[in-house]
Amino acid sequence: MTSSIFFSLSELAYMMAMVAYITYLVLKRKGIGIAATGITIFGFSAQTLAIIQRWIDSYSIKIVYEVDLFSKLLHSAPFSNLYESLILFVWTMILFYLIIEFRYKNRSFGAFVTPIAGLALLFTNLTGMSKEIQPLMPALQSNWLIAHVILSFIAYGTFALSFSTAIMYLIITTEKRDEGFYIFWTLSVGLFLIVLIAMALDFMTFRIAFSTPESFIKSYLFRATFLNQSKGIAAFSYIVASGILFVLWRFGYLIKKELLSFSISTEVLDDITYKSISIGFPIFGLGGIIFGGVWASQAWGTYWSWDPKETWSLITWLVYAIYLHARFMKGWRGKKVVVLAAIGFFTVIFTYLGVNLLLSGLHAYGEL
Amino acid sequence: MKEDILTKGTNAIWKFFSSVTLTVIILILFVLVSIPGTIIEQGSTEKNLQLLIKVVGEEFAPKALKIIISLGFLDAYHSWWFIILLLLLTFNLTICTIDRFPTTWKIVKTPMGPLDDSFLINMPIRAEIKVKGNLEKAKELVSKALKGHGYNLSEKRIDKTLHLYSQKGKHSRLGVYVVHTSIILVLTGAVIGALFGFKGFLNLPEGEAYSAVIMKTGLLTQDEENERDRLLNTIESVSGDIVKTSQVLGIEPATLQSKLKRYGIRPLGFSIRCDDFEVDFYGNSDMPKEYKSWLTVMKDGKEVLRKSIEVNNPLTYKGITFYQSSYGLMPNLRNAKFVLNIKSNSGVSETKYFNFGDKFAIPGTGIEGIISDFSPALSIDENGRVFTYAETMNNPAVLIEFKEKGKYKYSGWILKRYPTTWQLPEGHTVEFKDLWGAQYTGLQVGKDPGLWLVYIGFALMSVGFIFTFFRSHKKIWARLKEERGEVIITLAATVNKNRIAFEREFERRVKSIKGG
Repeated sequence: MTSSIFFSLSELAYMMAMVAYITYLVLKRKGIGIAATGITIFGFSAQTLAIIQRWIDSYSIKIVYEVDLFSKLLHSAPFSNLYESLILFVWTMILFYLIIEFRYKNRSFGAFVTPIAGLALLFTNLTGMSKEIQPLMPALQSNWLIAHVILSFIAYGTFALSFSTAIMYLIITTEKRDEGFYIFWTLSVGLFLIVLIAMALDFMTFRIAFSTPESFIKSYLFRATFLNQSKGIAAFSYIVASGILFVLWRFGYLIKKELLSFSISTEVLDDITYKSISIGFPIFGLGGIIFGGVWASQAWGTYWSWDPKETWSLITWLVYAIYLHARFMKGWRGKKVVVLAAIGFFTVIFTYLGVNLLLSGLHAYGEL
Repeated sequence: MKEDILTKGTNAIWKFFSSVTLTVIILILFVLVSIPGTIIEQGSTEKNLQLLIKVVGEEFAPKALKIIISLGFLDAYHSWWFIILLLLLTFNLTICTIDRFPTTWKIVKTPMGPLDDSFLINMPIRAEIKVKGNLEKAKELVSKALKGHGYNLSEKRIDKTLHLYSQKGKHSRLGVYVVHTSIILVLTGAVIGALFGFKGFLNLPEGEAYSAVIMKTGLLTQDEENERDRLLNTIESVSGDIVKTSQVLGIEPATLQSKLKRYGIRPLGFSIRCDDFEVDFYGNSDMPKEYKSWLTVMKDGKEVLRKSIEVNNPLTYKGITFYQSSYGLMPNLRNAKFVLNIKSNSGVSETKYFNFGDKFAIPGTGIEGIISDFSPALSIDENGRVFTYAETMNNPAVLIEFKEKGKYKYSGWILKRYPTTWQLPEGHTVEFKDLWGAQYTGLQVGKDPGLWLVYIGFALMSVGFIFTFFRSHKKIWARLKEERGEVIITLAATVNKNRIAFEREFERRVKSIKGG
């Protein structure tokens, strides 16, 4: 299928863009920055083409049961399994990122956004998620549901962006190593890096595609490092991971200087964080919670059943609600509020992956 | 003096309940108390006991479980602490709305007027432009720059200065109240649903009609379960008539009612029959495409409604809705009927119902078939042996032995999903249409009188979101002053949110005035 070539191209491009943006952050050569943007735009275009191609492909494969064109188009939307939804997540995030890069004429955000794209794509490859176009099972054949999935992932994309800018905000407003916010961001960035590296090592060691992400997580995730059969390698991994955390904590304040040389102000970062959330929050409320409820009401006879996935998406939504309300509280500007935006994204990750992998519930069969 | 303290007290209480700080605290608590219910498996005593045995040991596990149950952790979202928090949130929302709405309403309702000079020069978003020409020309410039963007200008002349001003999006200030009201509506709808609705379950075999559903109850002992089943049987034997049921059982109607409640039996007031149930698959795969039940509603022995339901497409009668939820094979297939379409090579065809072991003749021939085996899901292993691979009707097949003049001729499996297996060597066909009465359809049954309110809440919330997050209240003032052949235009503006974007818009308007 032609779409897979474009998907691979876009994955490659995003990985290269990640390297380019980080290099740009360190070396500050304008040429590298332009190249990074170019590669990202190339990757984004390839991904867009791939999504369109996949949509066309699944239109001709899937559609046998719907009558009107709208439902046909919606039901063949290539966002119905974990692999496809992660692609949509990355696509949305990059789209918003590119808009912001052009609007604010600042490329330094790229180094914080592209790694999230890299991690998501690495995860799809690593877990060997089914990339095949699959027909929809009965419960999933609903316009509400498909709109629910699409809107949720668009919202996740905006939340990811707000996470990046929130972390940047914390980086440039802290420098004391015993400050809570400083420890928070070094830990966040450190854990992120460690997971990225550990997953890349898993990928290089095993290179096996598995049928379900669950079975991958259970039998292979971190087996190359932390859960290695050899106790020595496992112990070494923990030492290296602690080393990464320590180095980040010890020298993290140096990143602040790098960032400040790009003349980004705290106001701009706060503004982007707020704006992303004020776009993501209503979209998630509408698509994630309301549409999900309407669908559940039609499929299961109850719009809300306190299933772990539902509860965690409500928790996610409420954390962002707290963020939005905290901005109106006296004396609650700045770090104290921004850190909530970062926490919000951790709940997004948990809602998206943690619930399916760790907790059981009605959503389990849908892999969404 | 006393009154004074009282008002002071009330004010303090009011202030406390109308503060955003309280909202944030409640929301944080809400998030925290929502978590245990996602980790501890809800409602399942047995599993949690096993888990506790692993954690605290066999001795203390039952005690620990008792404590956990009494604190409501096995039904966390209906526990007293959760409900108190919900009530607090609702209360806080309501008070906040009452507290703030009048001020906002005033802002929205108060007509805009020109700005005093002292205000004008202190506005945070401001610009000054000098243009050549007279007032009229300058006014034209300003209105040209603003009108196309939704600003309908009002004007007022004070002495020699001309004030132009306009606002848009003032109603967006009400968006947040719409969202908050919608949350209260959704919660109210949920409460109505919880108080006056019910949720039950019904496994309805093909060809049968039931008139009561079973709801979730607490743990029942074996004796209680037996009594429940007796009760159910009695109810079904009189087609759901409660008066007759109490007569048959010889108990008071009130006693019956309390028993029904205790055992989670809910008479529907009508009967529902499953005429047929089918699973459609994608092509020849085992991937289900659709589950479909053909249902008939009957009241007082008469058919009142017929509908086929699918997942996402339920049936509603008298406020009670039936959702396609699951299905399965009956444990006992004795009453099931094989539906065969028999067609001879001369074109004579007939569809008939048969029992297991029945004989049938192919019309106009001496060939006779005997139904001798059945598999709900037939497959063939590497050695060519047939076996059943699933306990649902994924690939139903019937083994038929054919005889001619009493002598064995041949036998073979006829598969419902594979037309090639219907063909007999002589050109006759025997189509296996269904084993009717072998499956039951699992229906989720529910009544939710609060649902419409929840849906109105959903709709309102969507509208509220648009106003709250994608619109802002923008005001622009322009003061035009003529001085020695040129006009000094002082532009000022305010916005209630998204200021950076608005500043950019303001810049553009200023530029377009400058550019003429």
